[in-house]
Amino acid sequence: MSSANAIWKKHEFFEKHSIILLIGILIVVAIGGLIEIVPLFYLKSTVEKVEGMRPYTPLELAGRNIYIREGCYLCHSQMIRPMRDEIERYGHFSLAAESMYDHPFQWGSKRTGPDLARVGGKYSDEWHREHLKDPRSVVPTSIMPAYPWLTKPLDTHAVAADLKANQRIGVPYTDEMILKARSDLLTQADPDDAAMDEFQKRYPGALPRDAGPARKQPTELDALVAYLQVLGTMVDFKLYDAKKNLR
Amino acid sequence: MTRAATNNYLNPAELGLVGVLGAAFLACTLATARAIDPGFGFHAGLFAAASAAGIVALIERARRGLNQPVPAEIDGRPNYNLGVVKFGVAAAMFWGVAGFLVGVVIALQLWAPSLNLGLEWTSFGRLRPLHTSAVIFAFGGNVLIATSFYVVQKTCRVRLAGDLAPWFVMLGYNFFIVVAGTGYLLGITQSKEYAEPEWYADLWLTLVWVVYLLVFLATIWRRKEPHIFVANWFYLAFIVTIAMLHIVNNLAMPVSVFGSKSYPIFSGVQDALIQWWYGHNAVGFFLTAGFLAIMYYFIPKRAERPIYSYRLSIIHFWALIFMYIWAGPHHLHYTALPDWAQTLGMTFSIMLWMPSWGGMINGLMTLSGAWDKLRTDPVLRLMVVSLAFYGMSTFEGPMMSIKAVNSLSHYTDWTIGHVHSGALGWVAYISFGAIYCLVPWLWNRRELYSLKLVEWHFWISTLGIVLYISSMWVAGIMQGLMWRAYNALGFLEYSFVETVEAMQPYYLVRALGGVLFLIGALIMVYNLVMTVRGREAELALRPLGPALQPSLVPAE
Repeated sequence: MSSANAIWKKHEFFEKHSIILLIGILIVVAIGGLIEIVPLFYLKSTVEKVEGMRPYTPLELAGRNIYIREGCYLCHSQMIRPMRDEIERYGHFSLAAESMYDHPFQWGSKRTGPDLARVGGKYSDEWHREHLKDPRSVVPTSIMPAYPWLTKPLDTHAVAADLKANQRIGVPYTDEMILKARSDLLTQADPDDAAMDEFQKRYPGALPRDAGPARKQPTELDALVAYLQVLGTMVDFKLYDAKKNLR
Repeated sequence: MTRAATNNYLNPAELGLVGVLGAAFLACTLATARAIDPGFGFHAGLFAAASAAGIVALIERARRGLNQPVPAEIDGRPNYNLGVVKFGVAAAMFWGVAGFLVGVVIALQLWAPSLNLGLEWTSFGRLRPLHTSAVIFAFGGNVLIATSFYVVQKTCRVRLAGDLAPWFVMLGYNFFIVVAGTGYLLGITQSKEYAEPEWYADLWLTLVWVVYLLVFLATIWRRKEPHIFVANWFYLAFIVTIAMLHIVNNLAMPVSVFGSKSYPIFSGVQDALIQWWYGHNAVGFFLTAGFLAIMYYFIPKRAERPIYSYRLSIIHFWALIFMYIWAGPHHLHYTALPDWAQTLGMTFSIMLWMPSWGGMINGLMTLSGAWDKLRTDPVLRLMVVSLAFYGMSTFEGPMMSIKAVNSLSHYTDWTIGHVHSGALGWVAYISFGAIYCLVPWLWNRRELYSLKLVEWHFWISTLGIVLYISSMWVAGIMQGLMWRAYNALGFLEYSFVETVEAMQPYYLVRALGGVLFLIGALIMVYNLVMTVRGREAELALRPLGPALQPSLVPAE
């Protein structure tokens, strides 16, 4: 009994020294995070080896920033789980590699609306535009808000700075991509643009998007649609070896 | 009084502060002029206005002679700093009502999308972070700062450290709320759940938080008691851990120092785990450890009983803070996060059930010998029911972290229901209980204006919570089952939009639950205002002395 009391008595050391208590707390709360998070940065198996991942084009990145601004992640996930129903509904389960250039990640935590991880290519650009301006015009029982204000012209003057900031934190944008950021943005919005080949060399697999009458002045809507249309389309699953990437 | 005798000049420290604020004013004015986006310009203007207001307040304080040293003790008793606590209580109630109201609005938006009004500032995607930040950080945060400043003074029997520093913490924190909230409406967000504010708001909060830690620690250093009281362990763990989580999760690269946009330095899977390491421990340390500190002071005080077990408090304190940190990956079950991390997160989440219930048991058993007070004291009842909700949601949480359960519950409204049983039932109720205790103590009133109104508040809001969580259970589980339902031919039974349609009645019931909760809070505000004004509604009905207390009478 007395030895048990002696053990409890030792806790007084923490109760009488605030800095010892503080250090004790810091050590105890640091352990879990260190063990779970740090290995993700050096275990090579964390991010699968895939073919086809590239940084977002300037137009797609601008669209992604609108996706972020409007808080789309609050109702739409971008993370398909490896379950039969999800794979049938949305497509191949999501890989870590597919969001390797996503600062921040947008996996989401709630599906008030459907998952968007592979929405790219499922609907036409025109469907997306109509749907974003007035969701109930194409899906009568949808509860999604309408986004009529996205028809305003996209602010393109800072897009090179956006690429530059991404380059600084590790996204493989080349200096040439940054230099040409604004013209690449306008090129992608115009299928007849003379610089299309050059643009597609910089961003392999990037598709031209037709901004319609607003080709030289794309709207926020055009950028957002360009982003939605690339979601889940980059990785070439014909070349993906699932067995080699077991974790 | 003796105004002529007082020295109406700024002291050197205040002069220095005026200098710093002046420099901040100039820098922010410059930033307003150079801003590359209107939102940043607006916020830089807010910072400039706040700096100017700070200078004016300092000069005005000196002019009125209010900047004289305040005695730490009067007649041998500590001269507690209660002004800053009063402000925090009032701010908490203001933000609470605002946050509940926005919650009701967005709940109704899911039922009737036309309520988004087709305006960018009122669309769901911008209002939802406003709701979560207003209730967690504005309401909860003000409750935590105000009660911690109160409890640390009382349990150390010493005046709060610092003269201007506590006010800097209180006002600076509320300024952060204003910047964050207006930012969401303008579309300034990092889109990281519960960590939405952009880089400059994050930097400002870091500064405020460091000063908060220093004020808290410096008060402990001056204590007249040999031991640091258990509530202060929890407050300290809350303050320190939130600092760690906030700084790491918000590391970001601004596009320009004159623009609001930044890119978080982590990406993809690493960003996901760091975000949920932060996100789950915002629950663990902001919404749990901090509010357990409130429980450890206010329940024993109101029940007039000692804490049930000192040893249990030691074990559950260290076990809780150790295990909570590991639980983040349960937000990422079956995602692209490696399986080993998911399994670790699930294991610790299940174990976390034990220390969580340790806290609940310690709080509930504190009522040993005072259970009869539940009949007569609705304030104590609020706090005890909060522990019951705490116990319920800390059982539900570990259950939902089991991967098989999570495969059904994840992405559904079940999660929303779970969060609200914790947020409304535990966090808000323990806060309401603490505020109902604090207001008469702070304003020197004998009791609240009306305990009857507390009864009304209790029953209306409890009904609201029950409607809320039960509708979300039904809706969430139904949603999960519909998504995975197959028909006899082996095809998916429902299109996605059919599952959306099925939610409609439950969304309406949920909104009704929210309305009831809001009504309860408005009753509380009325009760508190009348208390501060010195009214008493039920003077005649109140048991006045020990003679009227129930006592044991031997059977004949």
